[in-house]
Amino acid sequence: MYVATIFLPLLGALVVGFFGRRLGDTASQWITSGAMGLSALLAVALFWEVAILGQAQTIDLLAFISSGDLAVSWALKVDTLSAVMLLTVSWVSFLVHVYSIGYMHHDPSIPRFMAYLSLFTFFMYMLVTASNLIQLFFGWEGVGLASYLLIGFWYERKSANEAAIKAFVVNRVGDFGFLLGIFAVFLLFGTVNLEAIFAAAPDHAETTVNLFGVEWHALTIICVLLFIGAMGKSAQLGLHTWLPDAMEGPTPVSALIHAATMVTAGVFMVARMSPLYEWAPTALMLVTLVGAATAIFAATVGCVQNDIKRVIAYSTCSQLGYMFFALGVGAYQAAIFHLMTHAFFKALLFLGAGSVIHAMSDEQDMRHMGGIWKNIKLTYALMWIGSLALAGVPFFAGFYSKDMILEVAWAAGSPAGTLAFVLGISAAFLTAFYTWRMLFMTFHGKPRANEHVMAHVHESPAVMTVPLGALALGAVFSGMVAYDAFVGDGHTGFWRDSIAYNVQAGAEAGGRTDDHGAATDSHGAADAQGDAHAAGDHGAAADAHGAGVLERAHHTPILIKILPLIVTAGGILLAFLFYVLRPSWPVALAARFPAVYRFLLHKWYFDELYAAVFVRPAHALGRILWRGGDQAIIDGFGPDGVAAVTRWVAVQMRRFQTGYVYHYAFLMILGLAAFVSWRLAVA
Amino acid sequence: MIETIPFLSIITFLPLFGAACLLLVVRGTEAEVANNSRWVALWTSGVTFVLSLFVWIGFDPSTADFQFVEKVDWLPSYGIGYHMGIDGISLFFVILSTFLTPLCVLASWEAIKTRVREYMIAFLVLETMMVGMFCALDYVLFYVFFEGVLIPMFLIIGVWGGARRVYATFKFFLYTLLGSVLMLVALLVMYLHAGTTDIPTLMVTAFPEEWQIWLFLALMASFAVKVPMWPVHTWLPDAHVEAPTAGSVILAGVLLKMGAYGFLRFSVPMLPLATADMTGVIFALSVIAVIYTSLVALAQEDMKKLIAYSSVAHMGFVTAGIFAMTQQAVEGALYQMLSHGVVSGALFLCVGVVYDRLHTREIARYGGLANTMPRYALVFMLFMMASVGLPGTGGFVGEFLIMLGVFQVSPWTALLIATGVILGAVYMLYLYWRVIYGKLEKPDLKGLLDLSPREVAVFAPLVLVVLWMGIYPSTFLGPMHATVTNLIDGYQTALAAADGLSVAAR
Repeated sequence: MYVATIFLPLLGALVVGFFGRRLGDTASQWITSGAMGLSALLAVALFWEVAILGQAQTIDLLAFISSGDLAVSWALKVDTLSAVMLLTVSWVSFLVHVYSIGYMHHDPSIPRFMAYLSLFTFFMYMLVTASNLIQLFFGWEGVGLASYLLIGFWYERKSANEAAIKAFVVNRVGDFGFLLGIFAVFLLFGTVNLEAIFAAAPDHAETTVNLFGVEWHALTIICVLLFIGAMGKSAQLGLHTWLPDAMEGPTPVSALIHAATMVTAGVFMVARMSPLYEWAPTALMLVTLVGAATAIFAATVGCVQNDIKRVIAYSTCSQLGYMFFALGVGAYQAAIFHLMTHAFFKALLFLGAGSVIHAMSDEQDMRHMGGIWKNIKLTYALMWIGSLALAGVPFFAGFYSKDMILEVAWAAGSPAGTLAFVLGISAAFLTAFYTWRMLFMTFHGKPRANEHVMAHVHESPAVMTVPLGALALGAVFSGMVAYDAFVGDGHTGFWRDSIAYNVQAGAEAGGRTDDHGAATDSHGAADAQGDAHAAGDHGAAADAHGAGVLERAHHTPILIKILPLIVTAGGILLAFLFYVLRPSWPVALAARFPAVYRFLLHKWYFDELYAAVFVRPAHALGRILWRGGDQAIIDGFGPDGVAAVTRWVAVQMRRFQTGYVYHYAFLMILGLAAFVSWRLAVA
Repeated sequence: MIETIPFLSIITFLPLFGAACLLLVVRGTEAEVANNSRWVALWTSGVTFVLSLFVWIGFDPSTADFQFVEKVDWLPSYGIGYHMGIDGISLFFVILSTFLTPLCVLASWEAIKTRVREYMIAFLVLETMMVGMFCALDYVLFYVFFEGVLIPMFLIIGVWGGARRVYATFKFFLYTLLGSVLMLVALLVMYLHAGTTDIPTLMVTAFPEEWQIWLFLALMASFAVKVPMWPVHTWLPDAHVEAPTAGSVILAGVLLKMGAYGFLRFSVPMLPLATADMTGVIFALSVIAVIYTSLVALAQEDMKKLIAYSSVAHMGFVTAGIFAMTQQAVEGALYQMLSHGVVSGALFLCVGVVYDRLHTREIARYGGLANTMPRYALVFMLFMMASVGLPGTGGFVGEFLIMLGVFQVSPWTALLIATGVILGAVYMLYLYWRVIYGKLEKPDLKGLLDLSPREVAVFAPLVLVVLWMGIYPSTFLGPMHATVTNLIDGYQTALAAADGLSVAAR
């Protein structure tokens, strides 16, 4: 059954990919959506058995690579963490499949689109059920391929092609780090199988390794390298530039891949590798800082974007930053919790935006929208639900998960955690602001579209709104329902040993408070002493210590708990003021601070910087090496040079062959004279 | 019973027999001759392939010894024999050669219209030389085959090639000539020292330490050109551009592997001390090859040149892998050679498909082919992804194992060649965009037909092999283990012995 869950989408993709033209559009949609729906139902059963009943297992499928000490298999590792991911991915994917039937109905290549979506889902499944790092990398690259194909789905557009290549290449930069991380793991552990690595991790707590001429703390360098991979996939600051451009893909793609699932793969990976990260506090600090920086950076840029999808894209980037700093302070469970709720409400927002775009005859610029809420009331209501969940308004999904993250950042007590808390609160304010800016600009005010478009504004068909409704249920209830199991009192019984429990940071706080600036908060420190090696068995250790950052987060001061609500309310009010009451104010503000506005509008000039530093020099260098290196120097002094010299010598020699007898006679006499004088000189 | 049949000689000389038949038996009008020649060549190479599969089936993966050995005296008074045999290193190169040849014949079915009989003869002779080279266990025999390969290749490029074919063959010749002369000198020196040219004997002969480096350099002069390593690679893009499609396939698929095979068969086992000394140099050249040629590939405007430069980069991985001398790196290098043989061959066939239709390789002349040629776009996509090393395709396993193995020895080298993973994606995706994606605007592209059944028949086996190599690599890695372990053990023992000697001398 587990195998069927994983391989049904692949089957659908292959059938429709190869025979889609013959099957026709409708059959293609039915086959892929049907296979996906079945897979989603099976995923529920799987979740029940694995996460609720606790029957985690690893299923071996086939031998994969074996060479010397390296031996890996294709195997499915299903534990609570992968079950949570499978459940989330399968349902969002199924809903997106159904939604696409409506959204893509006028597209000429429907079978290709459906096949790509299913193929993506398969790769994502492989990623989350990997039992070794190579299989994880297989899924990792596979989703990258699917992302490339889907961003470039409308391949006639230049911008779509550029965005697709950019996404693939920037991800490759991350993969470069990921690969080196895998090699370093193999160097240290002699294996790439997750179980074996985790079992051996505590023994290497103090190991150092010499790489690139520097003596590193082994687990730190490994975790940093792996994190570079996660930064690429999850669009963290520095490697984020591909994500906004990825909005060139059809909107269902943005919802599935670039909001709900693939971009969270980095978060999943760090959580999966949490038993290693637990022993690398410096790496965790880096994760915290990068996450916090991304959260605030993306939120600032999101405030000035005019393309509705780009606003949501930057929001995704920012929310991923939240997940990362949650990971960074050791609250892996909270990060996965937010990952799950975010999948629902962000997919809802994207698909809602798609419904708006659909209604507006493919208009994406919010400056050409406005005043349409009466025409598409259902979409409007659903967008409100998504926004409330995103902003973390009480009792919507985001409220539980985002507040949890901010609380753990506070509870971590480390400088990095506190910084993350401050940036996170600021980003929460901006989140509320740009979200309501989007709502107001899109739905309220005077209509700014032309009459032709306005006459066409219509509610989407049921095949699109029903999936939206289902996602809305998730956006409302998923936080409430899952809170206790994911991060509440029941969390050790739920996660079991699929995730580390931040006992290490707790133990450090008790044992070595000076080291690495890990947890210094006194709450957890008291009873977190003892043998740090007990962390090898995470479940037991957590029970014994009971002092992970999650527990401490439940005891934060009331002010910390309500601060996110206050700033959210402030953000909403500011957006109301700017875009409903006084629309002239933001314009005036932009005019008053043109440099700041341009800086934000150009997304902190990352693209311009990379184009100047990497893209153009690479092309130029390629031409120089080709024309100068290969053709001028190597060929010039090599074969062409040799040929030219030979030819030159031959031409010179030919001059002697004049054909006149007196020339030859003269030369003979000259030679004779030279010979005689030489003999005389010697004698 | 299977031991008594001289399998290796049969698969080596069957193509030559086919060539002789073409020359002597095929008669009739020009069209008849052409058609019969095609069929004879296809049948001969097809039967050869099937026979070579028996070698694979009969191969015992548990031993590092040479198998299917045939030994006949040739010039007994000089210690030179006709000695054939294969081990885990050469097995798959034999299969690769016999696998690609029938596909090449099929790919040339319509592309070659003049002197068809001569063309097919050249290909069958080429096959004999290639297979013989990988089976030869006598240095003289090896040398004959090694150099003999070049003759039909010169002719294929020089007679059926493009506009600048004479320049290309001249360059190819000039580069290989120098290497061959030095290799011959090395052969003589080794013969004078050991008194035999028997390769298994030479492998256990200890050559004096002070000679090793010179012998190594002499051999390297020949092998490095074939690989090709930077900076002696510039013949390759020209040769590829001018060669007919099938010529490029064999050139990239098999001929480039001869150099790396030479390193594994001669340099490393016979000259271990020099190998250890030269590792740093080879690493440096490999790193330069990967980065330099990847950047150059990015600037190319000719499809074949781009893929040719990418071949140099991929072979840079291979040389680094061989000299890292860890189990993963050497097996990865072998694997990379096999998958590169299939993938780059397939990519040249992809270029050939559109070249046959439009007679230009200029990238700018294409664009938007996905609209009219969806099947072609899919096939091209698969091989492009294999070329950039996407997991699940054959390209990944080799690259990954090489980098993993090199990392254990020299993290810096692994770091630098891993940049090839990024750069490879850049130039291949950029190529794919310009050829397949984009708007279909150019009028002469609108009437292009998708893959014909014959072309599908050429690509189908390649597609299957690339996926098979990516999903279940054990099939191919399994037979390599024993031989590679033996190679590395021998190398380590030799180094340890030399260490002991120098310690004792002190």
